[in-house]
Order: sequence, then C-alpha cells, then structure tokens
Amino acid sequence: MIEISARERGRQHRAWGGAQRNPRKGAPKIIQACEAGDRDVANTNCYESQRNQLLATSCRPLRGLDTLYHNQFLGFRYASPQALCRRLLRRLKTGCAAQKKSQAMPGLTVGSLRHALLFFALLCSVLPAKAQSGDQPLRWGGDAEGGAPYLLPNPKNPREIIGFEVDLMDAVGKRLNRKSVFTQNQWDGLIPGLQRGNYDLAVNGIEITDDRKQQVNFSIPYYACGEQLSVRAGENSINSLADLKGKVVGTLKASLAQRILERAGGIDVRSYENQNNAYDDLALGRLQAVLMDWPIAVYYSKPNPKLKFVGPSIEWMEYGIAARKEDTELLKQVNDALLALIKSGELRRIYEKWGIWNGETDQLFAGISSASQPGQVYQEFTQNITKKLTWRERLERYKSYLPPLLLIGAPMTLLISVLGMAVAIVIGLAVALIYLYAPRPASWLARGYVELFRGTPLLIQLYLIFYGLPNVGVKLSPLVAAVVGLGLNYGAYEAENYRAGIEAIPRGQMEAALSLGMTRAQSLRHVIVPQAMRLVIPPVTNDFIALFKDSSIVSVITMVELTKVYGQLASTYYDYIGAGVLTAAIYFLMGLPFVRLARWVEKRLATDRRVVVTAKRRRFGVGAKPVEG
Amino acid sequence: MSTIISVNNLHKSYGGAAALRGVSFDVEVSELTAIIGPSGCGKSTLLRCLNGLELFDSGRVRIGEITLDLDNGLSHRDFNARLRRLREEVGMVFQSFNLFPHLTAMENAMLAPMVVKKVDRRKAESTARELLAKVGLSDRLDYYPSQLSGGQQQRAAIARALAMEPKVMLYDEPTSALDPSLVEEVLNIMRKLDDEGMTQVVVTHEMRFARDVADKILVLADGELIESGLPDVIFSSPSDERTRAFLRRYL
Repeated sequence: MIEISARERGRQHRAWGGAQRNPRKGAPKIIQACEAGDRDVANTNCYESQRNQLLATSCRPLRGLDTLYHNQFLGFRYASPQALCRRLLRRLKTGCAAQKKSQAMPGLTVGSLRHALLFFALLCSVLPAKAQSGDQPLRWGGDAEGGAPYLLPNPKNPREIIGFEVDLMDAVGKRLNRKSVFTQNQWDGLIPGLQRGNYDLAVNGIEITDDRKQQVNFSIPYYACGEQLSVRAGENSINSLADLKGKVVGTLKASLAQRILERAGGIDVRSYENQNNAYDDLALGRLQAVLMDWPIAVYYSKPNPKLKFVGPSIEWMEYGIAARKEDTELLKQVNDALLALIKSGELRRIYEKWGIWNGETDQLFAGISSASQPGQVYQEFTQNITKKLTWRERLERYKSYLPPLLLIGAPMTLLISVLGMAVAIVIGLAVALIYLYAPRPASWLARGYVELFRGTPLLIQLYLIFYGLPNVGVKLSPLVAAVVGLGLNYGAYEAENYRAGIEAIPRGQMEAALSLGMTRAQSLRHVIVPQAMRLVIPPVTNDFIALFKDSSIVSVITMVELTKVYGQLASTYYDYIGAGVLTAAIYFLMGLPFVRLARWVEKRLATDRRVVVTAKRRRFGVGAKPVEG
Repeated sequence: MSTIISVNNLHKSYGGAAALRGVSFDVEVSELTAIIGPSGCGKSTLLRCLNGLELFDSGRVRIGEITLDLDNGLSHRDFNARLRRLREEVGMVFQSFNLFPHLTAMENAMLAPMVVKKVDRRKAESTARELLAKVGLSDRLDYYPSQLSGGQQQRAAIARALAMEPKVMLYDEPTSALDPSLVEEVLNIMRKLDDEGMTQVVVTHEMRFARDVADKILVLADGELIESGLPDVIFSSPSDERTRAFLRRYL
C-alpha cells in the first residue's frame, strides 16, 4: 500500500526467498518450516511450468509488461523466458545445496548469504519461545475505514469488523493461544500507535519497507501483490503504464502506486484518500485510469461494469505484521505462527475465501496448490455493492446504519464535545483573566497561548499531543488526548470571548465593587465574571457547535466517533450519499438541543430583563425602555 | 465636634493637566458637606481621591484613623490592604448608580458584607432588608436593577453602601442622572441620614438642597478650593468672583 524504493523491494523479496532456499542445519524446526516453503526440484519444476501455462492463458496478459520493474525484481514470474530459465536453474542448484550441505556455501551470493543468515537468526530465535499465557489478548491495530478486503465493518452487522486480516489475526491468535483483539487506529498513525503501546501488532496492508524497518520490526510477509491498472470499459488506448503519459491517473495517497506513477513521469497524478472516490471519478470521466493495490482493485474496480482491468499487475510488494522493536519474543511467536499457517494451507484458505489468492502470494508461499476460485466472501461483497436496491431495501439498509451511528458514533462525539468544551471554558476564562489582570510576564504568556493555539491547525495539535508527547513521557489515552486537544484549541477562542465579555462590562461595576471594600479578585469573581459569562453565551454557543463538528478530527488519534463510523459505513456499502445525509442529520439534530438550551439560559440570565424585546416589537422599531417609577 | 476627614494639600494631574492644585479641608463628624463648582473643576476627582478610586500625586487624606499618603514607604500589598480598610469605612454612591445588574436589590446589599466582612447570609439578609426598608424599597427586595426606576436604583445603591456600615458616605452627583421628578426621593434619604448623624460629602448641582441641608459648602474651581463656609454665607455673599458667576447660573 505504501511505496518503497525498487531496490528495497528486490532485497526483501530475495531475503525471504533466499532464506527459504537455504535452510541451516541444527535447527530441525526451521528446516521443517523452510522445507514447507522450499519445494523440491521436481515440484518446483512442475510448479513453474504449471504457472507458466497459467500465465500464458491468464486474463492478465504478458503483453505490455513494464519490463524495467519486472526484470529487476519480480524476477521469474513475468520475466522473459531466459530469465525464467535462469531462475529455475538457480532453484535447482540451491535445492541441491540444501541436500548437500558441504556444497551449499559456494552456491550462495554474498547478498543472499547475509539475508539468509538474518532470516536464519530470526527463525532460530523462534525455538526457545515459550507459549505466552493464554489470558492476555493479542491486541492488534488497523483502520477499518480502509475497506475491503483488509478490514471493514461487516455489512450484515456494522458493529463487527471483518476482513482477511481479521481472519489472519484470529488464526495467528489461535496458534499463540491468545484471543485476537482488534483496535481501531487511523492508517497513517498505525506505526506511531504501535509505538505508543495502543496495541502490540499493526496489521493493515502495511508494506515492508526499509524506512519502516527503522521504526518497527516486521514479521515474515503474509501476503504479496502488485498494483493493478483500471480504466473505463470502453477505453482501448490504455494498456500499460507506458500508455499513461499525459493522462489523468488517480491513486491512493502516499501509496506505492503513487510513487510508480510519479516515477514514470509525464502523468497527471491525482491522489485520493479513499479508493471509492478514485474509482467513482474514473467512472465519471474525471480520471482516465486508476492504479491501486491489486486486492483493492479486485474489490472496488472489478465488480463495477463500467470499469475494467488492463495489463498485468505492476511491481511487487509484501505486507508484514509490524511489532515494536523491543517485542522480539512476540515477533518470534508471530513468525512461527505464520509459518505454520502457510504450511498448513490455512492462510491460503483465508485468501481464497476472500478471493484474493494471487500469483504473487502463491509465489511467496512457494506454490502450495493450483489456481484459486473467487471466494464466498468476495462474491457476497461484490453482490452487495453492485446490486440495484429497491426503495424498501434501501430503507432497510439506512435503518441498519442507525445502530452503529447512534450507539457508537454519536455518544462518543457527544462525550468528546461536551468534555472538550468544559475544558475550553475553564482554560478560556483563566487565560482571559490572566491576560487582563495578571502582571506582565504572565499576561504575555496568556497572550502567547491564545496566538499559538488559535494560529495553528487543530489537526497538528492533536498529532503532537497524541503521538508527540509520549516522546517526553506523557502518554495520554485517546479520549484524554482528544479532550485535551480540543480543549486547548478552543480554550484559545474562549479566552478571546471572555476577554471581550469582561471588557464590555462598564468600568463603574469594578469601581462600585472596589469602593465596597472588595479586593480586585473578589470583584472579578462576584461582579465582573458573572456578568461577562452571561454576555458571552451566544459566542460560546457558536464555538460549541463548531467544536461539535470539529470533533470529527479526533478520528486521527484512533477515536471512533460519528464521522469515523460514517467513513466505515460509506466505504463498506459504497454509499456516500445516503450515509452522509444520515450522519449530517445526526450532527444537526444533536447540536439543536444545545442551541436551544443556550437560548433558554441566555434568556433566563438576561441581566436587563426589560430589554428582552420580541421580534415583533423590534420590527416596528419599538425598543424596550426602562419604565420610570 | 471632632474632625473625621482631613484633606491636606492634595495635588492630582492627568498627563499634563492639573485636576487638583493643593486642596485642603476638614470635615467634622455628622456634618453634611456639599462640594459645588462648575463642570470640570475637579469635584468628582476630589471625591474619588477620598476613597482611593483615584490616587493623588501628593498630599494626604485622613479618614478616621486611616491615613492615605503616597510616600509612606508601604509595600504595594500593604498599601492595597490599607486602601481596602479605608473603603470599608467610606460608602460611595455614583452618578450612574452602578448597581450589580445580575443581582436583585437584596443581593446587591448583601454581597459586600458577605464577601468582605464574611457576615453570614442570614445576618446579611436581615441587614439588607432593614436598609432597603429605610430607603423605601421594602416592596422591591427581589427586583433586579433593570426592573427599578432611576430613583429606586439610586436608593438601592445607597442601601448597598450603608450595608457596609460606613462612617462616611460620599455621593458623586447622585441625582444628575435622574428624571427631575425622582430627584427628591433620593435627597430625602440623604436628609434622613443627616438627621441620624451620618457624615456625608456630596458633590452636587442641587443648589437648593445644598443651601437647605448642608452644614458646609466647598466651592471648587480650576482644581482649587476657592471658597468654603456656611451655606448662608456662600449663597448670599460669595466673596470670589468665580463663585458669583457660577451661582448666578443656578439661582
């Protein structure tokens, strides 16, 4: 899903393949495991020729291959016959080498030796691993907004998260004798969230890249795929990456596909947050092609009759399970479990169920069996998004949106907003008073706070609070971070409201209080602030409504609130309009009582009761005049 | 008779403009002193100096046993504490009433005793009730200032000041903002307090009131005390030309 340099990808691939080919002695378990991946010569031969035939008749033709990438890394799969032969030969050689240990070393290149050793070391460390206590859940993070087939809310029961990665982690959990527990986290923040300790593993189509490896450790790859090009059904001029020059092409933000398109040059690349939007724009003619990870394309482009796949998949990437650097024990166990799952064919069955068993993964697992059938889940999904709904069905579906929106999203939005506003009001009042009445350095600080928090984006503030503060030892829970973030940001606005309110109180009020013998603080507390509070009800209500809607931003720090639930529903059902209108309506209806409440309070607390003028009187220019008595 | 207010050579200027130029006078206990003079002559400034709402540049103010004096070497904190003690002894009534609009008449009169003197609520309530009755507002106890007429508001403000049991009451043009028909009800309260022996200093343009009720008249012009004495003397045979010019416009 995320780009890495071409060289990296090749290295990773070789590391994995190389290690498979070079099992070490003295580690029976590993040899077993590796042998599962390392076909014997005959098998390999058979497998490769099978694959060759398959490819020749494949729906993804060899024509128009981007040979640059393929020759470099994908190696044998789509490469020229010569390359295929070389590959076969090498396989043969190392296969023999495994049998005749004494001859093994000369057959290895320095690079593959290093990687083999690394992998060996990794596997060796599996041996002493003890089974962890079964009570502790295996907590893993992912973003259910990413959609099918990775992670998505179950269309039949949106409160349940499904996806092939759920199945994968359930299987891994079962192997480890631990319960697999999913934790929602914004995709961009999966690795920071892992490092914060929100969960112990990050699993969501995270591609193994070198820069990520600086931060976390990766398991052995659990899935491999390439990028798939989609165009409109009637489009005939685009058949490969090379045809994209001068065209408008959409892809996912910060993905490998984006890097490929940019590297190709001369392509007008449009990056999207969401796959649906990209494919929609393609169907609508805003884009001429879309390049995306193959599994995404299979789920979001293939079922759409207006679109079609062209060319074979481009490049190669591998997904890995990320773990914290220090959690080597856990990683060993996960690797062990993955190997076992690969060996038993369990993992393949999961991919087949989801209809995403592909050549790359087949190759990654070194060919366990033959071609795949679209799985049952895949068929259900495609039916779900291609089916024409009757009005009754549509209403039924909208009704099914309500429980997640109202039971998960709305209460969280409400909680965050109310707590955030409470914090903002307290901070705002304190800062306004310091600004107005405290001696110089303190009032400067108050002023600085207002300027700083008002002048910088809330989104960045939230990131800093949630992902930045743990670096200095302050680790806040998502809810606390959300409330603090919103509170600090809106506190700056409230401070200005209160300052205006306090300054609007006539000077005579302070003088009267002082001349009664009150201190300045007493005067503020009993005379000035209570009046200012009433004065600022309208602007503060305004800000509350704004905060209420801004609370949707906290989804970036893993909070699942109303907008996040909307995103999940929309990407699951491919329905942005229905779910969007429904969600907007919920925001509106939830905000309404607060507006009403504020009006009521304002009216009740109005200091000048005579000046409550009805609209009618105002229209006729009749103000309220205090009656002299 | 003993002197309760003693003002000594008071100077005050705003920027370059001198507002008070060496004003000195004494006020005896139970006296009602009226300060008169043309607009902008420094009457209000003088009055506000008496309770420290304005700080004077030099000179001295003594009220009861408390002396305000700018060069006595007190720390900021001690000076403020002394200022508050002085203000507890001195009640102030403003031209624009300055009642607390978010509190009822009762609460206005209860707030300061409860906050400053830590009087308990019941005691504060009974005092407030008593004082509001005294100024004729028994039937307006729970009214908010905005629901009261100007005269009622000013009477409530007087009750609020009295609730602190001051030794001296200062009035800064207490009837200037009032409808003419409401002036009398406020002046009556001041007469009543005078009869009870309250020491009062009034900045006023109500010359008839000053002549009839005041024990002493101070005439201020251009920041100086140009004349002082008994009302009869000041009103019938003023010695200063400026006093004559001023009084001609009022009488």
